[in-house]
Amino acid sequence: MKILVCITHVPDTTSRIAFKDDNTKFDDTGVQFIIGPYDDYALARAVELKDELNASITALHVGGAEADPTIRKALAIGADNAIRVNTPAEDSLNVAQQIAAVARQQNYDLILMGRESIDFNGGQVHGMVGALLDIPSISPVMELKIENRTAKMVREIEGGKEHVEVSLPLVAGCQEPIAEWKIPNMRGIMSARSKPLEVLEPVAADVQTASIKFELPPAKGAIKLVDADNVEELVNLLKNEAKVI
Amino acid sequence: MSVLVFVEGDNGKIKQSSQEAVSYAAAMQQSPVVAVALGSYSQDELAALGRNGADKVLHASDQQLDQGVIQAYASVLSLAMDSTGASTMVLARSSLADAVAARVSVMINGSLASNVIELPDQSDGFRVKRSIYTGKAFELVELLAARRVLTVKKNSVQLKEDGPSAAVEVFNPELNQEDFKASITATEKATGEVLLPEADIVVSGGRGLKGPENWYLIEELAAALGAATGCSKPVSDMEWRPHHEHVGQTGIKVSPSLYIAIGISGAIQHLAGVNSSKVIVVINKDPEAPFFKAADYGIVGDAFDVVPKLTAAINSLKS
Repeated sequence: MKILVCITHVPDTTSRIAFKDDNTKFDDTGVQFIIGPYDDYALARAVELKDELNASITALHVGGAEADPTIRKALAIGADNAIRVNTPAEDSLNVAQQIAAVARQQNYDLILMGRESIDFNGGQVHGMVGALLDIPSISPVMELKIENRTAKMVREIEGGKEHVEVSLPLVAGCQEPIAEWKIPNMRGIMSARSKPLEVLEPVAADVQTASIKFELPPAKGAIKLVDADNVEELVNLLKNEAKVI
Repeated sequence: MSVLVFVEGDNGKIKQSSQEAVSYAAAMQQSPVVAVALGSYSQDELAALGRNGADKVLHASDQQLDQGVIQAYASVLSLAMDSTGASTMVLARSSLADAVAARVSVMINGSLASNVIELPDQSDGFRVKRSIYTGKAFELVELLAARRVLTVKKNSVQLKEDGPSAAVEVFNPELNQEDFKASITATEKATGEVLLPEADIVVSGGRGLKGPENWYLIEELAAALGAATGCSKPVSDMEWRPHHEHVGQTGIKVSPSLYIAIGISGAIQHLAGVNSSKVIVVINKDPEAPFFKAADYGIVGDAFDVVPKLTAAINSLKS
């Protein structure tokens, strides 16, 4: 059983978001980077499956060397080896094509990643990888079990959940509560240093979108506070000023 | 060039978010606007999409499509793109549509933009604005391919409701059984509730409610407003409420017209799920709660005191 876990290298969820170079680039000054929280769930579930199914885990990242500490963290959490495809993540399709190229070489049974990255929030790569490899892609997956090469999953839908079964191979976009995040222990951190991190050159791939510029939302106006004994005033403001009820 | 819209239903009723997606396509000023519905629907339900701006509705009525099998939906929609020669496909964001859109974009060799919040600028190429960093910023992106797929967030466009009825045509391409490898064995769904991602008003509760037994406060206010109920992450982690009600960074992101947060302090991860709401109301007994900084209106007070009074005031307004 071979599991591929694709990870993003993204600003911590509490980061202040700012842009530079005439709003064309993310300003990473003082920003802490982490494994994408959804990818972290995918990795945590993979580590559990590894013990259960005697599986091997490869962590994969598409991007530059600045992500190597993040990749080492994935190794410390429990991936056996890692691959970094050495190319900037131009757009979702480009990343998906790099992942698919690696997957074609290695025949993974299970390709896991987060339901979306928390920087660009595309939520696209798992579906694209599935289509490129012509295998099923399921997202967002909140429970995943493997029994006799069949994946039994719970997928979140509006107002509830859906139980889905499919035989492997499979691509899954993961979210909580698929597993508890794993915190690397000292042994994991030590062993991560010697686990292989292979750097591959990218394959030729398409770019179908171009980022033109970024902007921040307009600043929020001052809050209007209403006295707790005067809820009628709040109702009045919502009806006649905000016009939302 | 025609615009195709994937419309999604719930028990044979077209969702409001899909009606918005049709309105979005109609506002793009390209014609015709062709809606595509998969699975069982009544003729009347589909013809009514004309009100939202559809010129025509393609209906793939095979019962195999009654369940939202991602791969099969992607294949049928790709075929619909080919057979209509459409240049753009619009989908309202949903659990199913997000998963389907990515596959369609690869199958038609198109550009994909997800989380779109405004109509495209077609004056110089095809540019859309999308929400990134979980609502903390926006990106203007140019779609370079000749065909494109857009997934659109709620409240991106005004709902159109004044169009004439649309013509419904049968569209039954041969289904590829390989696309049905994934089988949906069961669905668990709360019934009779307003669905959170669809709701125009959301009332959410946090730890300040002290326990699941006090959720009637949230539910009664939501019922008075016709709102959906949500909760903070700790509340869903403690299993006071189901995960599909968790609003925030790693839960559901909502963009309603009105978001009312009760007993939620406003951690940055929660704000990430609500910051594209039009109007935010915060009720919290702690005047220092960070949520007040992100709110339009606020009441500093105890939920157990304020919420029943608010519910009564809303009920008397509506009666």
